[in-house]
Amino acid sequence: MDTTVTHNHEASHHDLAHPVPKRVLIGVWAALVVLTIITVLVAGKDFGRFNIWVALGIATLKASLVALYFMHLRYDSPFNAMILIVALSFVALFIIGTITDTAQYQETMETPANWNVAQ
Amino acid sequence: MTETADTTHVDRAREAAAAVGDAHGHDPHLAHHFATPRQQFESGKLGMWIFLATEVLMFGGLFCAYAVYRSNHPEIFQYAHQFLDTTLGAVNTVILICSSLTMAWAVRAVQLNQHRTVVWCLVLTLLGAFGFLGIKYVEYKHKWEDGLLWARQYRPEHVHDAKPADASSEASPAQADAATPAPQAEAAPAPADPDAPRIKPAPVGPRGLSAAMLGEPTHMGGDHGPEPKNVGIFFSVYFLMTGLHGIHVLVGMGLIGWILRRAVNREFSSRYFAPVDLVGLYWHLVDLIWIFLFPLLYLID
Repeated sequence: MDTTVTHNHEASHHDLAHPVPKRVLIGVWAALVVLTIITVLVAGKDFGRFNIWVALGIATLKASLVALYFMHLRYDSPFNAMILIVALSFVALFIIGTITDTAQYQETMETPANWNVAQ
Repeated sequence: MTETADTTHVDRAREAAAAVGDAHGHDPHLAHHFATPRQQFESGKLGMWIFLATEVLMFGGLFCAYAVYRSNHPEIFQYAHQFLDTTLGAVNTVILICSSLTMAWAVRAVQLNQHRTVVWCLVLTLLGAFGFLGIKYVEYKHKWEDGLLWARQYRPEHVHDAKPADASSEASPAQADAATPAPQAEAAPAPADPDAPRIKPAPVGPRGLSAAMLGEPTHMGGDHGPEPKNVGIFFSVYFLMTGLHGIHVLVGMGLIGWILRRAVNREFSSRYFAPVDLVGLYWHLVDLIWIFLFPLLYLID
């Protein structure tokens, strides 16, 4: 099937299909299951502040596998991948901006003067 | 899309002419406003990806709320996540991964004209969705019974008696110091109105953020340690995120059921499989979001 797509340009216009090979599907599935097990096991260990980043790193790896192979982004037009990346970038911007903002005034929020009096 | 770009103008015109000329049953799925099946397929896929981008942005709002609350009050997440069953969450993760595999396999099979395999893969995918929601039901039911609900509906069974005391401790600062308007404003909506938390976020918000530092720990017994204030907000985040995700699973089940029916009728082939492919993309996105929800909600330590 790969050969059809790459070598026979004329045929490729009618041939929409690009079936993902069986071993790729199984391999990705196995990797996802193994990574799920790893993330559960690792959650029990204490890396201090890094626990959340380890968990998010594994989740991002799993999500990349799903997007690249199950969602065909690896074989698709790069434009589709760009749309996803742009959306994720805006989410990142959104979260980073909000966290930065809330971190700025959290100090003052935690010790409001009138609340100390009240307590 | 790159391949389309490579095509010379003549090629495309010839292809379009062929598509129109062979209209007698040759390509009944090609809409008039598309030149070629490939153009139609890629346009549909592009549209689906743009829709998925909006889905990512919608969940992004919830992830942002999660990030703000957890960065400000990690102690609430440390405390509250112990009420979530990691095993059930992990099993659900694996179920979704398996149903993603069968969905991807269905897309592969339809591209190879393996009609029976498509039907079986879609049936298995649907079963996975039922399994996921079944486990989600068990989890929700358990939390409902234990009073582990959102915002002010958070009334854990163990400390049911402590709730009035909690309410009075919120009111007492107002009595002690009449010059503080905030606690009074806080005390006013205190009679549990399910709408109140959503209607009045602005006055409650700042106080809510600061309250955990002031809250005297109430012991719930067991090994859960002292209970911080405003644990209900963890469950607000939990129910919003998993609830919105659950609604997506429901929608996905409807869509899979729809393409399953069409697959049983042999409506798809290697020349026309866009609905299977696009529903597949949707289903994978639902899986992808859960991949992030699982560690963020269940694996906090």
